Amino acid sequence: MVRWSGPLEKIDDYRWLIPKGYKTGMRVPGLIYASRDMLENILQEQAPEQVANVAFLPGIVGNSLAMPDIHWGYGFPIGGVAAMRLTDGVVSPGGVGFDINCGVRLLRTNLTYEEVYPRIRQLVDVLHANIPSGVGSKGRIKLAPREIDTVLTRGSRWAVERGLGRAADLETTEEGGEMAGADPDKVSARAKERGVPQLGTLGSGNHFLEVAVVDQILEPEIANTVGINRLDQVMVLIHCGSRGLGHQTGDDYIKKMLGAMKRYGIAVPDLQLACSPIESVEGQEYLAAMRCAANYAWANRQCIAHWVRETFCAVLGKCEADAGLELVYDVAHNIAKIEEHEVEGRKVKLCVHRKGATRAFPPGHPDIPAKYARVGQPVLIPGDMGRVSYVLVGTEQAMGETFGSTCHGAGRVKSRAAAKRMFRGRDVLKKLEMQGIIVRTSSLAGLAEEVSEAYKDVTTVVHVARQTGISRIVARTRPIGVVKG
Amino acid sequence: MRRFRLIEHTADTGLIASGRDLAEAFANAAVGMFGIITDLRSVREREARALEVQEADVEGLLFGWLNELLYVFDVDHLLFKRCAIEAFDGQRLKATCYGERYDPARHKLKIGIKSATYHMLKVDRLKNEVQVIFDV
Repeated sequence: MVRWSGPLEKIDDYRWLIPKGYKTGMRVPGLIYASRDMLENILQEQAPEQVANVAFLPGIVGNSLAMPDIHWGYGFPIGGVAAMRLTDGVVSPGGVGFDINCGVRLLRTNLTYEEVYPRIRQLVDVLHANIPSGVGSKGRIKLAPREIDTVLTRGSRWAVERGLGRAADLETTEEGGEMAGADPDKVSARAKERGVPQLGTLGSGNHFLEVAVVDQILEPEIANTVGINRLDQVMVLIHCGSRGLGHQTGDDYIKKMLGAMKRYGIAVPDLQLACSPIESVEGQEYLAAMRCAANYAWANRQCIAHWVRETFCAVLGKCEADAGLELVYDVAHNIAKIEEHEVEGRKVKLCVHRKGATRAFPPGHPDIPAKYARVGQPVLIPGDMGRVSYVLVGTEQAMGETFGSTCHGAGRVKSRAAAKRMFRGRDVLKKLEMQGIIVRTSSLAGLAEEVSEAYKDVTTVVHVARQTGISRIVARTRPIGVVKG
Repeated sequence: MRRFRLIEHTADTGLIASGRDLAEAFANAAVGMFGIITDLRSVREREARALEVQEADVEGLLFGWLNELLYVFDVDHLLFKRCAIEAFDGQRLKATCYGERYDPARHKLKIGIKSATYHMLKVDRLKNEVQVIFDV
């Protein structure tokens, strides 16, 4: 691995600037949020170079940002945030990624550790059986011909209307789980062909479903508002995305934009940053297709949440109000959205790319649920499966500094190959059991790649988000049962 | 000679594949990709699939070729252990790939690949070597 040796100016303990003069073609500086300790890891690879490369994109405003979980991605860094003016800016499918609207959903329960832990093995087994996971998994949903188009335009609402969820779920999902401006005609037949059988599946890689317990409450008042009421309360975390439908859509539009870029006279330092003007035909078509994939992902997580509720009811005999299982929130962390932000004292509409970054809107923002108006938008930060996860809320600081964005997870420090060389899936499974975490997986090799040691400690990541004021930490959870794809 | 080797990349996985000519390097990249997804020793050659890919340039052809195979795997659950390239001119590729349908009882799937990416994608015509990073 080649260490990055570009210039980095310290702004304060948690903000590091890559000056605009670093590379000819950068339109704005790069800005990395990290502690000095984390920076050591970050500089060991080329993620800062990717922050600089994103700064080349036409119409970029402010800084090319990297959240504290920054690591080397493809094209954009993971943890990258870039906002473009609508008038002369571009949209880049690589700034969203292939897993469009990969995201996280958190359910709260009325149950405690004491009530659930004695049955945790059975609970995790039945969750693993009821929620298809793993490479190539097929879903339980049979769609009528062309019903996929309804999924693509109505997202979570499609699922709720089919009986897979509660009306209240829509209120606490980003975009209501139904992003406007989705046009199914802009999604290829191939993408739909891949998406139809995979609806309602977890997938593989770092995707998971986790039964967790609250083990620290830092902001009791905010926690109460979002339904986190006491220590040892059981929660459920779901992390997955848009499956083959999203992957194919990313693939289709990167190809289209590589062709179009030449016509628009745009040059990028990495082809994975292929882009087109937001207002161009290609830009508008991509956004319309991306919104379809985003809606598919929300429908996907909605179906999975429904089966989680069914499973809790079947295994624990806790159904409906007894179990709770209300949706705290559902966030997207791979997406591009048209939002209003203040730039140099004026409100302007921007296209905000979040690639492994989460929206973190402040209290009072019109786009967050009314019941969270006083506390701000919940932000869900899963850690690795052996450690902890966090619930944060967005702040005014984030709105002013990071286009209302924050981190999305722990961020890897070891490659998958390195993790696999150092750890065996069976040993990882055993070690987690000894820590009191029951894991069911479709792939032991995949499990070794997701070992705790391959990730940054998520606590150090959220610490930087708090110290810089771009988020507040509300509560922490620790896993007791995990289903891995 | 090893036909392909894996590249370490923090979040994702990649490979470098080579061959006696570029066509063979493309074939080896395909086999290498399925070697990331599953243990190829458990895959038998029971089915053949004819494929044809056409793109604007040779880099696009590599991206398109690998994603074509991922599409076939996603839709028809076919795992390939060998590809014979029948025609190759840098913009168009015709091949027959051999393998079998994924059977959970016999095949262990290691990791899913979401897509090939253009990041660090290289086609070296002199060394007959190709490089690609996958989103996993």
